[in-house]
Amino acid sequence: MALLEVRDLTVVFQRRGEEPFRAVDGVSFDVEPGQTVGLVGESGCGKSVTSLAIMGLLPKRGATVTGTVTYDGTDLLKLSDKQMRDKRGSELGMVFQDPLSSLNPVIPIGIQVTEVLERHRGLARKEAMIEAKNLLDKVGIPDPNRRLKEYPHQLSGGMRQRALIAIALACRPKLLIADEPTTALDVTIQAQILSLMKELVQDLGTALVMITHDLGVVAGLCDEVNVLYGGKVVEKANRHPLFAEPRHPYTHGLLSSIPRLDAAPGEKLTPIKGSVADNIPWAQGCAFAPRCPNALDVCVQVTPAEEDQLGRLLRCHNPVVPGTPAAEEVPV
Amino acid sequence: MALGVSKKEKIDDLAETAGVSLAASAWKRLKRSPVFIIGAVIIGIFIVVSLLSPWLAPHDPSDKMLIDQVVKARNEIPPAQPGHPLGGDLQGRDFFSRLLVGSQQTLIVGVGATLIGLTGGLILGTLAGAIGGWVDSMVMRLVDVMLSLPSLLLAFSIAAMFARPSQFTVILAVAIVQIPVFARLLRGSMLAQRHSDHVLAATALGVKKGAIVFRHMLPNSLSPVIVQSTLVLATAIIEAAALSFLGLGNPDDRIPEWGQMLGDVQNVFDTHPHLAAWPAVCIIIVALGFTLMGETLREALDPKNRR
Repeated sequence: MALLEVRDLTVVFQRRGEEPFRAVDGVSFDVEPGQTVGLVGESGCGKSVTSLAIMGLLPKRGATVTGTVTYDGTDLLKLSDKQMRDKRGSELGMVFQDPLSSLNPVIPIGIQVTEVLERHRGLARKEAMIEAKNLLDKVGIPDPNRRLKEYPHQLSGGMRQRALIAIALACRPKLLIADEPTTALDVTIQAQILSLMKELVQDLGTALVMITHDLGVVAGLCDEVNVLYGGKVVEKANRHPLFAEPRHPYTHGLLSSIPRLDAAPGEKLTPIKGSVADNIPWAQGCAFAPRCPNALDVCVQVTPAEEDQLGRLLRCHNPVVPGTPAAEEVPV
Repeated sequence: MALGVSKKEKIDDLAETAGVSLAASAWKRLKRSPVFIIGAVIIGIFIVVSLLSPWLAPHDPSDKMLIDQVVKARNEIPPAQPGHPLGGDLQGRDFFSRLLVGSQQTLIVGVGATLIGLTGGLILGTLAGAIGGWVDSMVMRLVDVMLSLPSLLLAFSIAAMFARPSQFTVILAVAIVQIPVFARLLRGSMLAQRHSDHVLAATALGVKKGAIVFRHMLPNSLSPVIVQSTLVLATAIIEAAALSFLGLGNPDDRIPEWGQMLGDVQNVFDTHPHLAAWPAVCIIIVALGFTLMGETLREALDPKNRR
């Protein structure tokens, strides 16, 4: 049985006097123990909302979450606030996008690491401090004793994200959700953080849900990839087939828009035209149809269903023909 | 990859100012501000004088040592003379000593009222900001009602409710008037904290609600409240003086108080303006000192001014 089974997860935001907004629309995926699963898509495709829904962090008022999120046999969506609080931090860890704003500016790093150890593992402050030092050591922060006493603003961006990872992994959660963990970092630090995460999840056997808009991250890390568009999974495949043969025009477009080292000088990138904007994108027809180079008449009239095509799930009336030139895997 | 550009730029902006902590950069700017230094010097002198006044004062402020002069000259007020640089008051007590010792009462009332008002405001503001919902609505309506009344009028009404006025009733009346100011300020910055990233991150770690409020939200919401406290010290001193002036203060005039000293000399103001001028000038200077400090502190702590 999978560690995490997300079935038909739907999140609808309702504001008084406004049309309801379907941020996540029937998303399903599994995460096996120790597996790394990617959720990929551009801003507004529902990937962050999916992660917040799994963690139970969406506001009670205004957001309606339906479907099931089964973790280790229990439906997280049915747990009480208190039961969920006990699970967060101990069994479910989360790393956020912006390491500076995700750390409390007025508390030294050490206290922020020990806080979670005291809360979930019942350690005393002294034991927790020793453990915190080991954790910082493990995530590659030099001179951990000094860093424990420092405030977030005294650390570099990369070190802050390492500290956040240390906090998230402090209680050895079985599942770690990383929401764009490298977006706020520069490229060299991105690579360091990614290889650190890869190493840690392998060492600890932690399952990882990696949420990103960056296909480079996916290529280096994920076993399985879910491509989201407008709140629905449009293509789900293992990493290699996805990169070798993207079938959904959106995936294909994403891969073609990546700058490549082996491109001819002066060659232009191929962008995807337009942007995501609709309240109920999948109400009629395919949400991607207005931007899709392969769009047919049927695409704007009938919502495509999810189809199983040789081990990959695809939601498209007119998928890209295998062999159409596309980007190769981008090594990290 | 191109999608992340705008987010990244935002973070880079933050990173530029992140090298120095808010408190450290504020202090750096304060040290260079002549206005802050003037305010700090005034307040420094005021605090030192009021603490040392029992020893600094040349005479006992309640000793009617010049009463003979008052009686002899048929209620004439003793003029300045050797040993009594400002002369005596209506009852023949040394005016200079009363002025010095009076600073003590002003300090006690100002600090006491501000602390009580701050405590009350912190409790109400935390309740409203942390719990939200109907608690928030209730607290904020109460605050609105209190703020809709002129503060001095409200302080008079509260002070007048007590059968026996004393120093404590003055402090209480002035403090109660300040509570809504603090409460509203704190509630606002708590609400901003509630939706901040680090509070979400703490929630995602399963941190308990109490710890989130007191460790993560409250300490990050305090800087506007700290600034307001210095400004409230000034208004508290003025309001306390106003209460004493109107006879709602401590009736025991053996302990001098600037507002009370002002009130005592109302009838002789046209003939002996100096008796009113001295305490009035003292009140104004001290209030000015706190205001200068508060205003510069506010500018220094404003993140928009950080350089």
